[in-house]
Amino acid sequence: MIDKRVRSLAEAVAGIPDGAIVLCGGFGSAGLPDALCEAVIEQGARDLTIVANNAGTGRTGLAALLAAGRVKRIICSFPRSAGSVVFEELYAQGRIDLELVPQGTMSERMRCAAAGLGGFYSPVSVGTRLAEGKEHREIDGRLYVLEAPLKGDVALLAAHRGDRWGNLTYRKSARNFNPTMAMAASLSIAQVRQVVELGEIDPEMVVTPGIFVDRVVEVAS
Amino acid sequence: MPLNRRQIAWRAAQDLADGAYVNLGIGLPTLVSDFIPAEREIVLHSENGVLGVGPAPGGNEIDWDLINAGKQPVTLVTGGSFVHHTDSFLMIRGGHLDLALLGAFEVSENGDLANWTTDDPSFPPGVGGAMDLAVGAKEIRVLLEHTTRAGAPRIRRHCGYPLTAASVVRRIYTDLAVIDVTAQGLVVHELVEDVDFPTLQAKTEADLRPASDMKALRAPAF
Repeated sequence: MIDKRVRSLAEAVAGIPDGAIVLCGGFGSAGLPDALCEAVIEQGARDLTIVANNAGTGRTGLAALLAAGRVKRIICSFPRSAGSVVFEELYAQGRIDLELVPQGTMSERMRCAAAGLGGFYSPVSVGTRLAEGKEHREIDGRLYVLEAPLKGDVALLAAHRGDRWGNLTYRKSARNFNPTMAMAASLSIAQVRQVVELGEIDPEMVVTPGIFVDRVVEVAS
Repeated sequence: MPLNRRQIAWRAAQDLADGAYVNLGIGLPTLVSDFIPAEREIVLHSENGVLGVGPAPGGNEIDWDLINAGKQPVTLVTGGSFVHHTDSFLMIRGGHLDLALLGAFEVSENGDLANWTTDDPSFPPGVGGAMDLAVGAKEIRVLLEHTTRAGAPRIRRHCGYPLTAASVVRRIYTDLAVIDVTAQGLVVHELVEDVDFPTLQAKTEADLRPASDMKALRAPAF
Protein backbone atom coordinates (compact mmCIF):
# COMPACT_ATOMS: atom_id res chain seq x y z
CA MET A 1 0.00 0.00 0.00
CA ILE A 2 1.22 3.43 -0.92
CA ASP A 3 0.67 6.10 1.69
CA LYS A 4 2.72 9.26 1.36
CA ARG A 5 0.73 11.16 3.93
CA VAL A 6 2.60 12.19 7.05
CA ARG A 7 0.96 13.43 10.22
CA SER A 8 3.18 16.33 11.13
CA LEU A 9 5.41 19.00 9.62
CA ALA A 10 8.30 17.55 11.62
CA GLU A 11 7.79 14.17 9.94
CA ALA A 12 7.45 15.93 6.57
CA VAL A 13 10.89 17.55 6.72
CA ALA A 14 12.73 14.79 8.59
CA GLY A 15 16.12 13.81 7.21
CA ILE A 16 16.96 16.92 5.17
CA PRO A 17 20.77 16.91 5.32
CA ASP A 18 23.07 19.85 5.96
CA GLY A 19 24.28 21.37 2.71
CA ALA A 20 21.22 20.22 0.73
CA ILE A 21 20.02 21.97 -2.41
CA VAL A 22 16.40 22.80 -1.61
CA LEU A 23 13.98 23.81 -4.34
CA CYS A 24 11.32 26.04 -2.84
CA GLY A 25 8.07 26.63 -4.76
CA GLY A 26 6.20 29.88 -4.96
CA PHE A 27 6.09 33.22 -6.72
CA GLY A 28 5.98 35.95 -4.10
CA SER A 29 3.69 34.52 -1.44
CA ALA A 30 1.48 32.57 -3.87
CA GLY A 31 2.24 28.87 -3.71
CA LEU A 32 5.04 29.34 -1.19
CA PRO A 33 5.45 26.36 1.18
CA ASP A 34 5.70 28.63 4.23
CA ALA A 35 4.92 25.97 6.85
CA LEU A 36 7.53 23.58 5.46
CA CYS A 37 10.16 26.36 5.38
CA GLU A 38 9.50 27.10 9.04
CA ALA A 39 9.56 23.39 9.89
CA VAL A 40 13.08 23.18 8.46
CA ILE A 41 14.17 25.69 11.13
CA GLU A 42 13.05 23.22 13.84
CA GLN A 43 14.46 20.28 11.91
CA GLY A 44 17.90 21.91 12.01
CA ALA A 45 19.45 21.52 8.54
CA ARG A 46 22.01 24.21 7.79
CA ASP A 47 24.30 25.48 5.00
CA LEU A 48 21.39 25.06 2.63
CA THR A 49 21.27 26.24 -0.98
CA ILE A 50 17.78 27.49 -1.72
CA VAL A 51 16.40 27.71 -5.25
CA ALA A 52 13.39 30.03 -5.31
CA ASN A 53 12.07 32.76 -7.55
CA ASN A 54 12.05 35.32 -4.74
CA ALA A 55 13.97 35.56 -1.49
CA GLY A 56 11.06 35.69 0.92
CA THR A 57 8.89 38.50 2.22
CA GLY A 58 8.35 39.74 5.74
CA ARG A 59 9.80 37.55 8.45
CA THR A 60 7.80 34.34 8.01
CA GLY A 61 8.09 31.31 5.74
CA LEU A 62 11.18 31.37 3.53
CA ALA A 63 12.27 34.67 5.09
CA ALA A 64 12.24 33.03 8.54
CA LEU A 65 14.51 30.24 7.28
CA LEU A 66 16.91 32.87 5.92
CA ALA A 67 16.71 34.85 9.16
CA ALA A 68 17.60 31.71 11.13
CA GLY A 69 20.95 31.67 9.31
CA ARG A 70 20.39 28.30 7.65
CA VAL A 71 20.87 29.40 4.06
CA LYS A 72 24.35 30.03 2.69
CA ARG A 73 23.38 30.47 -0.93
CA ILE A 74 20.27 31.37 -2.88
CA ILE A 75 19.61 30.82 -6.57
CA CYS A 76 16.98 33.31 -7.50
CA SER A 77 15.59 35.38 -10.38
CA PHE A 78 14.22 38.31 -8.40
CA PRO A 79 15.46 38.41 -4.81
CA ARG A 80 14.49 41.96 -4.04
CA SER A 81 10.79 42.70 -3.97
CA ALA A 82 8.39 44.43 -1.65
CA GLY A 83 9.09 43.23 1.90
CA SER A 84 12.28 41.23 1.18
CA VAL A 85 13.85 42.76 4.29
CA VAL A 86 15.61 39.68 5.65
CA PHE A 87 17.36 38.88 2.38
CA GLU A 88 18.44 42.50 1.95
CA GLU A 89 19.97 42.55 5.43
CA LEU A 90 21.87 39.30 4.87
CA TYR A 91 23.04 40.41 1.43
CA ALA A 92 24.26 43.78 2.70
CA GLN A 93 26.19 41.98 5.45
CA GLY A 94 27.73 39.54 2.98
CA ARG A 95 26.14 36.60 4.81
CA ILE A 96 24.42 35.04 1.80
CA ASP A 97 25.64 34.24 -1.72
CA LEU A 98 23.33 35.10 -4.60
CA GLU A 99 23.28 33.40 -8.00
CA LEU A 100 21.02 35.42 -10.24
CA VAL A 101 19.31 33.41 -13.00
CA PRO A 102 16.72 34.59 -15.53
CA GLN A 103 13.36 33.28 -14.43
CA GLY A 104 12.65 31.03 -17.40
CA THR A 105 16.20 29.71 -17.39
CA MET A 106 15.83 28.76 -13.73
CA SER A 107 12.61 26.90 -14.42
CA GLU A 108 13.93 25.17 -17.55
CA ARG A 109 17.14 24.11 -15.80
CA MET A 110 15.03 22.27 -13.25
CA ARG A 111 12.83 20.75 -15.95
CA CYS A 112 16.00 19.54 -17.65
CA ALA A 113 17.14 17.82 -14.47
CA ALA A 114 13.68 16.29 -14.11
CA ALA A 115 13.77 15.03 -17.70
CA GLY A 116 17.23 13.48 -17.44
CA LEU A 117 18.78 15.92 -19.90
CA GLY A 118 22.29 17.28 -19.75
CA GLY A 119 21.43 20.91 -20.36
CA PHE A 120 20.05 23.13 -23.08
CA TYR A 121 20.99 26.04 -25.31
CA SER A 122 19.04 29.22 -24.63
CA PRO A 123 19.01 32.59 -26.40
CA VAL A 124 18.21 34.27 -23.08
CA SER A 125 21.01 36.43 -21.64
CA VAL A 126 23.14 36.38 -24.81
CA GLY A 127 25.08 39.65 -24.98
CA THR A 128 24.57 40.38 -21.29
CA ARG A 129 26.61 40.06 -18.15
CA LEU A 130 24.69 36.90 -17.15
CA ALA A 131 26.09 35.05 -20.18
CA GLU A 132 29.71 35.71 -19.28
CA GLY A 133 31.78 32.55 -18.99
CA LYS A 134 29.11 30.34 -20.55
CA GLU A 135 29.64 28.23 -23.65
CA HIS A 136 28.11 29.97 -26.69
CA ARG A 137 26.92 28.21 -29.81
CA GLU A 138 25.36 29.46 -33.03
CA ILE A 139 22.41 27.37 -34.17
CA ASP A 140 20.63 28.27 -37.42
CA GLY A 141 22.13 31.74 -37.30
CA ARG A 142 21.11 32.56 -33.75
CA LEU A 143 23.43 32.69 -30.75
CA TYR A 144 22.68 30.60 -27.66
CA VAL A 145 24.33 29.89 -24.30
CA LEU A 146 24.60 26.49 -22.68
CA GLU A 147 22.65 26.15 -19.44
CA ALA A 148 23.20 23.28 -17.02
CA PRO A 149 20.49 21.18 -15.38
CA LEU A 150 19.57 22.14 -11.82
CA LYS A 151 18.60 19.24 -9.58
CA GLY A 152 17.38 19.49 -6.02
CA ASP A 153 18.13 17.17 -3.16
CA VAL A 154 14.80 18.28 -1.73
CA ALA A 155 11.76 20.16 -3.06
CA LEU A 156 9.44 21.99 -0.71
CA LEU A 157 6.08 22.45 -2.41
CA ALA A 158 2.72 24.06 -1.73
CA ALA A 159 -0.35 22.58 -3.40
CA HIS A 160 -4.10 22.83 -3.00
CA ARG A 161 -5.23 19.24 -2.67
CA GLY A 162 -3.30 16.00 -2.37
CA ASP A 163 -4.07 12.31 -1.84
CA ARG A 164 -2.18 9.40 -0.29
CA TRP A 165 -0.49 8.56 -3.59
CA GLY A 166 0.89 12.11 -3.75
CA ASN A 167 -1.27 13.34 -6.62
CA LEU A 168 -1.49 17.13 -6.40
CA THR A 169 -3.69 19.92 -7.69
CA TYR A 170 -3.02 23.60 -7.44
CA ARG A 171 -5.14 26.71 -7.27
CA LYS A 172 -4.85 29.59 -9.77
CA SER A 173 -1.43 31.27 -9.97
CA ALA A 174 -0.25 29.45 -6.83
CA ARG A 175 0.76 26.66 -9.23
CA ASN A 176 3.84 28.53 -10.58
CA PHE A 177 7.14 26.69 -9.92
CA ASN A 178 5.67 23.86 -7.83
CA PRO A 179 5.00 21.26 -10.59
CA THR A 180 8.49 21.64 -12.10
CA MET A 181 10.21 21.54 -8.73
CA ALA A 182 8.21 18.45 -7.73
CA MET A 183 9.76 16.62 -10.68
CA ALA A 184 13.30 17.90 -10.18
CA ALA A 185 14.24 16.77 -6.66
CA SER A 186 15.22 13.47 -5.06
CA LEU A 187 12.85 14.07 -2.14
CA SER A 188 9.68 16.07 -2.87
CA ILE A 189 7.59 17.21 0.06
CA ALA A 190 4.20 18.90 -0.39
CA GLN A 191 2.16 20.89 2.07
CA VAL A 192 -1.47 20.80 0.93
CA ARG A 193 -4.52 22.64 2.16
CA GLN A 194 -6.59 19.51 2.03
CA VAL A 195 -5.80 15.81 1.93
CA VAL A 196 -8.52 13.97 0.05
CA GLU A 197 -9.31 10.30 -0.47
CA LEU A 198 -7.68 8.47 -3.34
CA GLY A 199 -9.97 8.87 -6.34
CA GLU A 200 -11.49 12.14 -5.23
CA ILE A 201 -9.24 14.09 -7.56
CA ASP A 202 -10.47 13.78 -11.13
CA PRO A 203 -7.56 12.15 -13.01
CA GLU A 204 -7.97 14.77 -15.75
CA MET A 205 -7.27 17.45 -13.14
CA VAL A 206 -4.11 16.01 -11.60
CA VAL A 207 -1.26 18.43 -12.31
CA THR A 208 1.53 16.66 -10.41
CA PRO A 209 1.14 12.86 -10.51
CA GLY A 210 2.16 11.05 -7.36
CA ILE A 211 5.26 9.50 -8.94
CA PHE A 212 6.98 12.84 -8.35
CA VAL A 213 5.93 13.26 -4.72
CA ASP A 214 7.31 11.54 -1.62
CA ARG A 215 5.50 13.13 1.32
CA VAL A 216 2.20 14.97 1.74
CA VAL A 217 1.26 16.92 4.83
CA GLU A 218 -2.00 18.78 5.41
CA VAL A 219 -1.61 22.35 6.62
CA ALA A 220 -4.83 24.23 7.30
CA SER A 221 -4.80 27.59 5.52
CA MET B 1 2.08 69.11 -22.16
CA PRO B 2 4.10 65.95 -21.48
CA LEU B 3 1.91 62.90 -20.95
CA ASN B 4 1.51 61.52 -17.45
CA ARG B 5 2.17 57.84 -16.77
CA ARG B 6 -1.44 56.80 -17.34
CA GLN B 7 -1.48 58.68 -20.64
CA ILE B 8 1.69 56.91 -21.80
CA ALA B 9 -0.02 53.60 -20.96
CA TRP B 10 -3.18 54.71 -22.82
CA ARG B 11 -1.14 55.56 -25.91
CA ALA B 12 0.60 52.17 -25.93
CA ALA B 13 -2.77 50.43 -25.52
CA GLN B 14 -4.13 52.07 -28.68
CA ASP B 15 -1.62 50.10 -30.78
CA LEU B 16 -2.64 46.66 -29.46
CA ALA B 17 -4.14 44.53 -32.22
CA ASP B 18 -7.39 42.63 -31.75
CA GLY B 19 -6.58 39.02 -30.86
CA ALA B 20 -3.01 39.69 -29.73
CA TYR B 21 -1.32 37.76 -26.91
CA VAL B 22 0.55 40.38 -24.89
CA ASN B 23 2.78 40.38 -21.84
CA LEU B 24 2.83 43.51 -19.69
CA GLY B 25 6.03 44.06 -17.73
CA ILE B 26 6.01 45.31 -14.16
CA GLY B 27 5.77 49.03 -13.45
CA LEU B 28 4.50 51.43 -16.09
CA PRO B 29 3.39 48.73 -18.60
CA THR B 30 1.06 47.19 -15.99
CA LEU B 31 -1.10 50.32 -16.31
CA VAL B 32 -1.83 49.42 -19.94
CA SER B 33 -4.41 46.86 -18.80
CA ASP B 34 -6.68 49.73 -17.72
CA PHE B 35 -6.84 51.11 -21.26
CA ILE B 36 -7.45 48.14 -23.56
CA PRO B 37 -9.89 49.43 -26.22
CA ALA B 38 -13.28 47.94 -25.39
CA GLU B 39 -13.99 46.48 -28.82
CA ARG B 40 -10.76 44.43 -28.93
CA GLU B 41 -10.05 41.04 -27.35
CA ILE B 42 -6.47 41.12 -26.09
CA VAL B 43 -5.17 38.17 -24.07
CA LEU B 44 -2.79 39.36 -21.36
CA HIS B 45 -0.12 36.94 -20.22
CA SER B 46 1.56 37.12 -16.83
CA GLU B 47 4.87 35.32 -16.41
CA ASN B 48 3.73 33.54 -13.24
CA GLY B 49 1.40 31.35 -15.26
CA VAL B 50 -1.73 33.38 -15.99
CA LEU B 51 -3.06 33.59 -19.54
CA GLY B 52 -6.00 36.00 -19.64
CA VAL B 53 -5.28 38.49 -16.87
CA GLY B 54 -8.34 40.56 -16.02
CA PRO B 55 -8.79 43.85 -14.19
CA ALA B 56 -7.84 44.45 -10.58
CA PRO B 57 -10.34 42.86 -8.17
CA GLY B 58 -12.70 44.78 -5.95
CA GLY B 59 -11.75 44.83 -2.27
CA ASN B 60 -13.85 41.79 -1.35
CA GLU B 61 -12.77 39.81 -4.44
CA ILE B 62 -9.04 39.76 -3.63
CA ASP B 63 -7.60 36.24 -3.90
CA TRP B 64 -3.91 35.95 -3.04
CA ASP B 65 -3.66 32.78 -5.13
CA LEU B 66 -4.27 34.98 -8.18
CA ILE B 67 -1.56 37.60 -8.64
CA ASN B 68 0.39 39.17 -11.49
CA ALA B 69 4.13 39.48 -12.10
CA GLY B 70 4.23 42.49 -9.78
CA LYS B 71 2.61 40.35 -7.04
CA GLN B 72 -0.55 42.45 -7.12
CA PRO B 73 -3.93 40.70 -6.95
CA VAL B 74 -5.67 40.40 -10.34
CA THR B 75 -8.65 38.57 -11.82
CA LEU B 76 -8.97 36.06 -14.65
CA VAL B 77 -11.06 36.83 -17.73
CA THR B 78 -13.61 34.34 -19.03
CA GLY B 79 -11.63 31.95 -21.21
CA GLY B 80 -8.45 32.45 -19.20
CA SER B 81 -6.23 29.61 -18.01
CA PHE B 82 -3.39 28.75 -15.65
CA VAL B 83 -0.12 27.06 -16.53
CA HIS B 84 2.97 26.19 -14.53
CA HIS B 85 6.13 28.24 -14.77
CA THR B 86 7.99 26.14 -17.28
CA ASP B 87 5.10 26.34 -19.74
CA SER B 88 4.66 30.03 -19.05
CA PHE B 89 8.27 30.66 -20.03
CA LEU B 90 7.95 28.29 -22.96
CA MET B 91 5.24 30.70 -24.19
CA ILE B 92 7.63 33.59 -23.63
CA ARG B 93 10.87 32.15 -24.94
CA GLY B 94 9.34 30.16 -27.76
CA GLY B 95 7.92 33.16 -29.59
CA HIS B 96 4.28 32.45 -28.76
CA LEU B 97 3.56 35.96 -27.49
CA ASP B 98 2.88 38.60 -30.13
CA LEU B 99 4.17 41.44 -28.04
CA ALA B 100 5.77 42.37 -24.75
CA LEU B 101 5.42 45.89 -23.39
CA LEU B 102 8.31 46.50 -21.01
CA GLY B 103 9.61 49.24 -18.79
CA ALA B 104 13.22 50.38 -19.14
CA PHE B 105 15.96 52.41 -17.53
CA GLU B 106 17.50 53.09 -20.95
CA VAL B 107 17.09 52.22 -24.63
CA SER B 108 19.78 52.71 -27.25
CA GLU B 109 19.42 53.89 -30.84
CA ASN B 110 19.74 50.33 -32.15
CA GLY B 111 17.13 48.98 -29.75
CA ASP B 112 19.36 47.70 -26.95
CA LEU B 113 17.37 47.41 -23.74
CA ALA B 114 18.63 48.04 -20.19
CA ASN B 115 15.98 47.36 -17.57
CA TRP B 116 17.33 44.94 -14.96
CA THR B 117 20.06 46.59 -12.91
CA THR B 118 21.54 50.01 -12.30
CA ASP B 119 24.49 48.47 -10.44
CA ASP B 120 23.48 50.44 -7.35
CA PRO B 121 25.58 48.71 -4.67
CA SER B 122 22.93 49.30 -2.01
CA PHE B 123 20.45 47.04 -3.85
CA PRO B 124 20.88 43.39 -4.77
CA PRO B 125 20.19 42.93 -8.50
CA GLY B 126 17.06 41.21 -9.81
CA VAL B 127 16.42 40.01 -13.34
CA GLY B 128 13.08 38.19 -13.05
CA GLY B 129 11.64 37.44 -16.48
CA ALA B 130 13.10 40.52 -18.18
CA MET B 131 15.74 38.73 -20.25
CA ASP B 132 13.35 35.92 -21.24
CA LEU B 133 10.73 38.41 -22.44
CA ALA B 134 13.24 40.61 -24.23
CA VAL B 135 14.47 37.83 -26.52
CA GLY B 136 11.35 35.69 -26.63
CA ALA B 137 8.32 37.78 -27.55
CA LYS B 138 7.78 38.40 -31.27
CA GLU B 139 7.97 42.14 -30.70
CA ILE B 140 9.26 44.36 -27.90
CA ARG B 141 7.97 47.84 -27.21
CA VAL B 142 9.10 49.95 -24.31
CA LEU B 143 7.33 52.52 -22.14
CA LEU B 144 9.47 54.97 -20.21
CA GLU B 145 9.84 58.58 -19.13
CA HIS B 146 11.87 60.43 -21.75
CA THR B 147 14.47 61.59 -19.20
CA THR B 148 15.48 60.74 -15.63
CA ARG B 149 14.21 62.89 -12.77
CA ALA B 150 17.52 64.76 -13.01
CA GLY B 151 16.86 65.41 -16.71
CA ALA B 152 19.39 62.96 -18.16
CA PRO B 153 18.33 61.30 -21.44
CA ARG B 154 17.15 57.70 -21.26
CA ILE B 155 17.24 57.23 -25.04
CA ARG B 156 20.93 57.01 -25.73
CA ARG B 157 23.51 56.13 -28.37
CA HIS B 158 24.62 53.24 -26.16
CA CYS B 159 23.08 52.09 -22.90
CA GLY B 160 25.15 53.00 -19.86
CA TYR B 161 23.51 50.37 -17.67
CA PRO B 162 24.04 46.61 -18.15
CA LEU B 163 22.02 45.24 -21.06
CA THR B 164 18.95 43.05 -20.76
CA ALA B 165 19.15 42.19 -24.46
CA ALA B 166 20.71 43.70 -27.59
CA SER B 167 18.76 45.13 -30.56
CA VAL B 168 15.29 44.04 -29.50
CA VAL B 169 13.20 47.21 -29.02
CA ARG B 170 11.06 48.24 -32.00
CA ARG B 171 8.90 51.06 -30.60
CA ILE B 172 9.33 53.48 -27.69
CA TYR B 173 6.50 55.33 -25.93
CA THR B 174 7.53 58.25 -23.71
CA ASP B 175 5.84 61.22 -22.09
CA LEU B 176 6.99 63.30 -25.08
CA ALA B 177 6.96 61.12 -28.17
CA VAL B 178 6.33 57.83 -29.94
CA ILE B 179 9.57 56.72 -31.57
CA ASP B 180 10.32 53.76 -33.85
CA VAL B 181 13.67 51.99 -33.88
CA THR B 182 14.49 51.41 -37.55
CA ALA B 183 17.49 50.24 -39.53
CA GLN B 184 17.98 53.91 -40.42
CA GLY B 185 17.91 55.04 -36.78
CA LEU B 186 15.27 56.50 -34.49
CA VAL B 187 12.21 57.96 -36.22
CA VAL B 188 9.73 60.16 -34.34
CA HIS B 189 6.17 59.28 -35.29
CA GLU B 190 4.36 61.44 -32.78
CA LEU B 191 5.44 64.41 -30.70
CA VAL B 192 3.48 66.25 -27.99
CA GLU B 193 2.14 69.54 -29.26
CA ASP B 194 3.94 72.14 -27.19
CA VAL B 195 7.42 70.62 -27.52
CA ASP B 196 9.26 71.38 -30.76
CA PHE B 197 11.60 68.93 -32.46
CA PRO B 198 14.89 70.61 -31.41
CA THR B 199 13.72 70.52 -27.78
CA LEU B 200 12.93 66.79 -28.08
CA GLN B 201 16.35 66.21 -29.65
CA ALA B 202 18.01 68.12 -26.79
CA LYS B 203 16.41 65.71 -24.30
CA THR B 204 17.60 62.69 -26.31
CA GLU B 205 21.21 61.55 -26.58
CA ALA B 206 20.70 59.50 -29.75
CA ASP B 207 19.98 61.22 -33.06
CA LEU B 208 16.31 61.50 -33.97
CA ARG B 209 14.60 62.33 -37.20
CA PRO B 210 10.96 63.17 -37.75
CA ALA B 211 8.77 60.83 -39.78
CA SER B 212 7.58 62.42 -43.01
CA ASP B 213 4.04 62.28 -41.61
CA MET B 214 4.89 63.05 -37.96
CA LYS B 215 1.71 63.65 -35.97
CA ALA B 216 0.76 65.32 -32.71
CA LEU B 217 0.84 63.02 -29.67
CA ARG B 218 -2.41 63.55 -27.79
CA ALA B 219 -4.07 61.56 -25.03
CA PRO B 220 -7.30 62.05 -23.08
CA ALA B 221 -6.95 63.52 -19.59
CA PHE B 222 -6.65 60.87 -16.86
